[in-house]
Order: sequence, then C-alpha cells, then structure tokens
Amino acid sequence: MEVLIAIAILALVAAFVSVPLRRSASSDGAQQAAADAALAALEARKQAKYREIRDTELDRAQGKLSEADFQRQYAELRAEAIAILKQIDAQGPALAPREPATDREGEREPGRGSV
Amino acid sequence: MSALGAAALAAALLTSIYTVVSALIGARTGDRRWVDSSRRAYYAVFGLLLVAVVALESAFLRSDFSLELVAGNSSTTTPTLYKATAMWGSQAGSLLLWAFVLSIAGSAVLYATRNRLRELAPWATAVMAGVATFFIGLMMAGTIFPSAETYPFAALAAAQVPLEGAGLNPLLRHPAMAIHPPMLYSGYVFFTVPFAFAIAALITRRVDASWIRSTRRFALIAWVFLSLGLALGARWSYSELGWGGYWAWDPVENAALLPWLTGTAFIHSIMVQERRGMLRVWNVSLIVVTFALSLLGTFLVRSGVLQSIHAFGESKVGPPLLVLIATVLIGSTLLIISRLDDLRSERRIDSLLSRESMFLLNNLLFIGLAVIVFWGTFFPLISEAFTGQESSLAAPWYNRYTTPVAIGLLFLAGVGPLVAWRRVDPAGLRRAFAVPLSVAAGAGVLLVAFADGLAEPFALALFVAGAFTLAAVGQELWRGTAARRALSGGSPLSAFTALITRNRRRYGGYIVHIGIALLLIGVAASSSFQTSRDLRLEPGDSGTVGDYSVTYVRPTSEIDPVEQKIAFGAIIDVRRDGEQVALLSPSREYFASSAADPSAPLRGFFEGEATSEVGRKEGAARDIWTAVQPDLSSFDPVIDRGDALFARLAKRVDPADEAAAGFIAAQQGQAIRSLADRYLNETPPAEIRFNVNPFVIWIWIGGIVAMLGALFALWPGAEARRRRVSDVYAAKLARELQRT
Repeated sequence: MEVLIAIAILALVAAFVSVPLRRSASSDGAQQAAADAALAALEARKQAKYREIRDTELDRAQGKLSEADFQRQYAELRAEAIAILKQIDAQGPALAPREPATDREGEREPGRGSV
Repeated sequence: MSALGAAALAAALLTSIYTVVSALIGARTGDRRWVDSSRRAYYAVFGLLLVAVVALESAFLRSDFSLELVAGNSSTTTPTLYKATAMWGSQAGSLLLWAFVLSIAGSAVLYATRNRLRELAPWATAVMAGVATFFIGLMMAGTIFPSAETYPFAALAAAQVPLEGAGLNPLLRHPAMAIHPPMLYSGYVFFTVPFAFAIAALITRRVDASWIRSTRRFALIAWVFLSLGLALGARWSYSELGWGGYWAWDPVENAALLPWLTGTAFIHSIMVQERRGMLRVWNVSLIVVTFALSLLGTFLVRSGVLQSIHAFGESKVGPPLLVLIATVLIGSTLLIISRLDDLRSERRIDSLLSRESMFLLNNLLFIGLAVIVFWGTFFPLISEAFTGQESSLAAPWYNRYTTPVAIGLLFLAGVGPLVAWRRVDPAGLRRAFAVPLSVAAGAGVLLVAFADGLAEPFALALFVAGAFTLAAVGQELWRGTAARRALSGGSPLSAFTALITRNRRRYGGYIVHIGIALLLIGVAASSSFQTSRDLRLEPGDSGTVGDYSVTYVRPTSEIDPVEQKIAFGAIIDVRRDGEQVALLSPSREYFASSAADPSAPLRGFFEGEATSEVGRKEGAARDIWTAVQPDLSSFDPVIDRGDALFARLAKRVDPADEAAAGFIAAQQGQAIRSLADRYLNETPPAEIRFNVNPFVIWIWIGGIVAMLGALFALWPGAEARRRRVSDVYAAKLARELQRT
C-alpha cells in the first residue's frame, strides 16, 4: 500500500518539478529573468547605500561627526550611490517599471536629508 | 493516514536527493531550467514533509498505538495539547521536525531569491537540500536499523499494539515545554540559510555583501527563535524543576547558548561587511561555526554523551551527526582557505574610535564567551580523555569567567550606538558620553551608598554597565527625535515614530540592547542578592529566612486519574514584619511509571518521574519562590504492605479475566486515595526551599523587549515593500514577454 502511494506521490512530484525542464533552453523569458536578477541586486545595493546615507545624516544631526568628516563621508557615499543609479539606468531599458524619482536621496544636497 | 505519511517521507528523500543533483547541474551548467526545477523540487520536499507531519500529528491525536512512536510517547489520557506536541518529545519526531522546519526556511529563502542571486541560489539550494537529505535519510535509515529508533512511522505488529500508550514524559508536560523544543530547533535550522548562501558565495567567489543582504533576515529570525527557546527553557526550569534557578549551565542549555553567542556576533559583524566591505573571512567563518554549533546542539541533546537534565533524549544518532559536523567544519575550512584571496577586505579600519572597531571588539568578546562556555561544557569529556576520570565544572566556574566578559559586552552595547562609523570627532565623543557616563556613575554611587554594592563587585559592575547602556540608548532616541523634529517638524511623538520606522534596523537593534541590559540587570540582581534557605517543617511550624517568616500552614493532596498523577503539597504563609506578603501552595507531583514493576503499583508512583510545582509570587522588585519536597520515608512500610497485597492478589487471578482485572484496578485506586488521605492526616515533615529572588521578572521582560526589538528590525521597511511591488511587476512583465 505504502509503495503504491509513494509511486503516485512521486509521479505528481515529477510532473511538478519537470515543468521548467520541458520549456526551451534559450527563451526571451530566461534573458529577461537574468536582467531582472541583475536589477534586483542593484536595487538591493541602492537601498543599502541609501541606508548608509541616512545613518550618516543621523550621526551628523546628533553631533557625532564633525562637519569635515561628514562632508568627506557624504561625498563618498553620494558618489557610490550615483554609480549604482547609473548602473540601474544602464540596465533600465530591459525593464519597464522605475522607482519614484523622490527616492533618489543620493542626488540631494548634503544635510537636507530626512533622518 | 500513516501509510500516506510514510509514503510522503520516502518520496521526500528521493525528491531531496533530486534537488541536490538538479541544483548542482544547474549551478555547473548555468542552465536555468535545472535551477528552476531544483527550486520546485525543494518546494515539493516542503509539501511532502508537511504531509508526513500532518499524518504523524493525526496519529498522535487519534491515539493510534499501532505506531511505535505514538505508543511510546502518548496515551489516551494525555491532554490534547501534549498529544499535539508529543511528536518532538521523541527522537524520530524531532528529526522530522528538524527536516520540516528546514524545508520551510529553505523554501522561503528560495522564493525570496527566485529573481535574485542567480549564481548563488543553485549552490545554496544544493547545500540546504543536502542537509535535508541527511536528516530525512537518518529517519529512513530507521527502516533498515529499527533499533536506531529514527523512523517516525515504525509500526508495531498487530499482536503488539497496546490498548494504552506509555504517555508523555511528565517533565515535558508544561506549556513552555510544548513550544520550547520547536523554538530551539527553528533557531538551529534557520542558521542553515545564511550558512548555505555563505558556502555558495565562497564556491562562486562572489563574496561581496549580496549574500548577506539576502540572508540577514534569516539570521535574525534564527536569533529570535533561539532567544525564545532559551527564554522558555529558563522559564520552565524556574517554575518546574524545583531547584530555584533559571539557568543551571546544563550541557544542553549551553549547547543552545553557543550558537546564540556566535550568531549574535555574526549579526553584528555582517553590518561591518555590508557597510565597509571588511571582515569577510571572519563573517563566513562565524556562520560556519554557528551552523556547526547548531548541529552540535542537536547532537548533544540526542547523543547522551554528557549528563544532562535533557537525558530523556539519549539515542543512537550521535555518530552520524558527528560525521556531519566534521564534514561541515573540514569542508568549509578548506573552502575558506582556497578563497582567501577573494576574501581580502576592501578597506581598513580608519580609527579605533569607530563603530566598526566596537563591533570587532564586541565580536571578540562574544567569541571569548563562546570559548569559555564550550570549554566548560566539554570539560567532562576532555578530563576523561586525559585523566580517565570524568569531572564537570559547576556554576561558580562559569560565573567566574563569564561575568567579566558579560560586563564588557553590556558596556559595549551602550558604546556602540554612541559612536559613528569610520571615526568620531573628539568633541562629539565628549558630547555623546557625558550623560551616559554620568548616569552610570550616579547609579554606582547610589548602589554603593544604599545597597552595599561593594559586597558584590561583579554585580555592581553589571548594574553600572546596564545603567550606562540604558542611558546611552535613551539619549540616542532623544537626540534622534530632536534631530528629526529640527529637520521635519511635527510633534515629538510623530518625530519619534518617523525616526524609528524609517531606521528600523538601527533602532530595532537599540531596542534589543535595552532588552539585554534589563535582562542582565535581572541576572546580576537575582544571582548576587538572592536569599535562600532550606527549611524542614511540619504543619504549624515556622522558620525565618532573612526578613521573612515562613509558616507551613497545612498539607494538600490531589489525585489526577487522567494524568495518573498524585500531588503532595503544602500551603505556605509568608510574612514580613507581621504582614502577610504571600500565601503559596507549592507541591511535588508523582507520576505512575510505565516502566515500574506491575506487581508493585504503589511503589511505581514514587519511583517514576516527579516534578515540582513551584509556589511563587512575582513582583517588580522581587519574587517570593518556594518548592516543597515531602519526606515520604514514613510511607514506605505502608506502600510495601500494599504492594505485597496486590502481588498476592495478582497471582490468584487469571490475567484474561477482565472482571478480576477491573476489581484489582479499583482496589489500586482506593489504595492511592488512602495514601493521599494519610498524607493529610499523618503529614510527614517536608523540606521547603524558600527563595527571595530580586528582579527576576526583569529577565523575562528584558527577553521580551529584546525579541520585540529584533522583530522590529527584521520587519520589512517601506523601501522593501515598495521593492516587492516592483519585483511582482517585473516578474509579471517577464511572463508577458515569455508568452508573446
């Protein structure tokens, strides 16, 4: 009895897991998925960089950073954020949806952040 | 239903093997079809294990004693809650739980990364499925080696199926115990996710922070589960074991603490890699050690190599688990060594007064603490190996070495939030430290002046460090709110809310620090300023403990025929300066032993498991805690006479005669009731342990605050929610393009 049930279950599992194997090897969808993945990685890096910028602004607002240290760190973070945004733009044509422009904190003036 | 569960488990083994193979093919060839197939196969493993778990739970709830596991760990009289949780009271059930939770965690991370980490995900899938294959294989090995007792669906021959099961171990019949094991196991298992992605990052040489960003939440979830498991275990120990404490440095407790310590270090150090590109070797090493320690925790509770209150878990799966741990450690070490060039840090520490330096120092202390606990835990094995004699280290040894490190860590929990990344301006440093240092100094002076703080210097240092940390975090919240108001206006409350919700990771972490400070203050107070005394009292007698007068008012007894339990207790009146502060009713509960000699049914009650029901009054400043241990030696002649009578009676009647068996059972019930009456009328003296434990409640409150802080930190922020919408849109677009 157990063997029969196991065979039936395995048949269902085989049908489920073999779906991707039954599609053609090189499709536009696969390329699109690769582009999606690259963009998702860049988005994650962008969000992490934004978080760093917010942290730095918060540290400055609380008086932990001197103005000189803040300006130096902010300039570095801003340059890194802009580099990521450029990479996202380079990837952009592959995908339709864009983030709202208001989110691009890396392009704001230093000290005008929202802590 | 059991046949379905058994079939699903067998299918899960084959499917997890397929997952490993297809993921490796996908990873090596880059063919996305194999990668997608392996991900689907992993989801299928989850589905199959879910069927197996449901089938086993159904067998427990139906008291299906044709399954060996159910017959050995449940009974028709076991309360429904404990029937449902009896699965993890056994070894085979625990293994199934391990594999099932791993299938949940793995499926969740594979779903979350289905459109990301395309190079890493297939390797990580192979690692997670490999671990799942090991645990499912261990269970299925029980079909070949039944004595290993690892197969959850092992069936008894029709002639061997009992009418009644053995019941759940009485020690496990406690609400905290119902969820303590799955919490600990979930903690262990969720660390598999960052471990698998770390291995994938090493294999693919993509050792930047992307694997950390995608798995950080799983490390935090593991931390929350492990913390909850530890807290529930401590609570159970405090209220059920009757020795008066919440932490005994028991080997299995320590085994759960070890991955918590290294996991906490990991959660801090990955921030340095995310932010500064440093500590790459350290981070992959930490997660490998944390995962290996998680396996070690499972090994210790299941191997029985060390004496423990968890000895009910002893079994034969120790050797295979040890092989897995060795494989993980050796394989990972070789992989890390082969990738040292790729793991070189991008940057160096700019200043010793920076947040990254504090994280590094905190990591060293956490690892130091883990080394101390590891040494103490395994000292019995080490001493036996070198001297031939097993000797263990007791609580004073642990306290002597761990307390100074804990003080340092608590102090750093306050320093960390005060310093900025990269470097701190000296003027800013003075501004940041002035208030917290003043508060800490004030607390120290008050404790020395009014509470004889110098008598307990370690406790004093912990209080001072705790005060410093609470003040530091409070100041951070205050100044952050002020900064937010200066920039955006609004009320203090709206500014505060906006501040913490926009910076969840930062402020969630600070809330955890508040919780840990409260917890350690509770630990310091309760362990250093506890008043404890054992009294031997008869009804009407009184004793004095510190400022308290303790009176044994009267005995209590209770018989629970459903749980086959007899409880002997005492009503204790506690007064201070003549005023009643508590009326407590601790008891000692004796459970009929299924392993006892059937011809000695009365003795069987007192030779089986016994648990304490503690009498306790909790308060913000102190707990009044009592446990009772009746001296039943005067009952021995009565019990022996009763058992001799039942032995003679059993010889005279035919075992197949149901009417006679019913008569004997009724007589046994009457004898037990007579014993209970005798306890009330000819009450023997009782050992009463009376403790006044200051600030214990702050341990539980601190633990809850810390876990809430961690949940707040891992809850997705507005950015992540927006990104998810974007991901859904992108995936939809990809599907559309594929169709056209």
